[in-house]
Amino acid sequence: MSGHDHGEDGLSRRKVLECMTWAGTGVLWTITGGVPRSLGIIDSAQAATAAAPGMTFLQISDSHVGFDKPANPNALGTLEEAVNKINAMPVKPSFMIHTGDITHLSKAAEFDNADRIISQSKLDVHYVPGEHDFLDEDVKFYRERYGRGTKGAGWYSFDAGGVHFIGLVNVVDLKAGGLGNLGAEQLAWLEDDLRGKSKSTPIVLFAHIPLWTVYPEWGWGTEDGARALDQVKGFGSVTVLNGHIHQVMQKVEGNVTFHTARSTAFPQPAPGAAPSPGPMKVEDAKLRAMLGVASINFKQNEQRLAIIDTPLQG
Amino acid sequence: MKTLNRRDFGVAVAAAVLLPITTVRADDNMEIHIDNFVFQPAELKIKVGTTVTWTNRDDIPHTVVSAGKFRSKTLDTDDKFSFTFTNAGDYKYFCSLHPHMTGMIKVE
Repeated sequence: MSGHDHGEDGLSRRKVLECMTWAGTGVLWTITGGVPRSLGIIDSAQAATAAAPGMTFLQISDSHVGFDKPANPNALGTLEEAVNKINAMPVKPSFMIHTGDITHLSKAAEFDNADRIISQSKLDVHYVPGEHDFLDEDVKFYRERYGRGTKGAGWYSFDAGGVHFIGLVNVVDLKAGGLGNLGAEQLAWLEDDLRGKSKSTPIVLFAHIPLWTVYPEWGWGTEDGARALDQVKGFGSVTVLNGHIHQVMQKVEGNVTFHTARSTAFPQPAPGAAPSPGPMKVEDAKLRAMLGVASINFKQNEQRLAIIDTPLQG
Repeated sequence: MKTLNRRDFGVAVAAAVLLPITTVRADDNMEIHIDNFVFQPAELKIKVGTTVTWTNRDDIPHTVVSAGKFRSKTLDTDDKFSFTFTNAGDYKYFCSLHPHMTGMIKVE
């Protein structure tokens, strides 16, 4: 985390949230005040320029290392492609967040392989677990590797570049018939964590399962997510970053921007577009357009957060 | 002689009660498949002593959990989990990874 501005200089500035999604087709969307606006066809170089300068961090998600089914027989390979893509970015990101499902089956070798590839980015990585990371008998492999200094099942917060980052865990103690779950202990911790924070501090909440209700029929939401969102309501700029659904989805509600990242392993169908969620087999030529990473840029002077989704190809 | 008769009677009753449990015939086994994040059939009525086997046919791991009753390990593709129901009652269960997946075994 060295080199980050942990100072208070962001407090007096007005925060305007702006989101840009660079879709696979190369269209840059900008969303200001909840109104999406297309900036037209661009290429990757222009997208990169548009995002700079300022603090940039990356989101990577759902690498599912160990997955070898028809939807992608080599999930480790596409993770490596994603890391190569990150290493080739013109502006080196300050750090990376991983929004869970690092592994497919929580095997020690899967965690080791994931780390071997992700560490090639030479970036600090802040993890939150997905349900696929807690499958080992003793539920210890994730905690041993990434749980140090965290609370409960692995939640924590940190500050970088004037932004307050909060990593939440919503994949444990799930109830029959329900959705993702934060639980009373974590919500109480969150309230404590936010106490005394200036309302002008930009907040980034990240967790594996979407904290907003995307599609409850497929379990794509968090039972008590609204209670976490209530606690950040008064803040001028809130960005919620999730994974789990393996596709880009975005909405803006007041000062809150919700965004889900692509997986680096396999796509899933759009809500309701198939009988169920799960790995979606697409033509080999199309797979890499449906996998990717997101880079998020926080501009110190303009106080806006921009999200650029970069597919592995396309 | 009364005592002996009573014991004989007791043994016969025990044998009759145990028979369905210890003698597993083909129709004492029931299958549930997990396809597309659904337990099929979602509800199953069985007799006491029946063994139910769940098979995961998805490309995603699932579990079979009935609070306080039974809990499978994580089932990867084509993995199976079996449980023999020795007591009557309703057994609600779910997948602890995808809790919107629920099922019910009614044991009579």
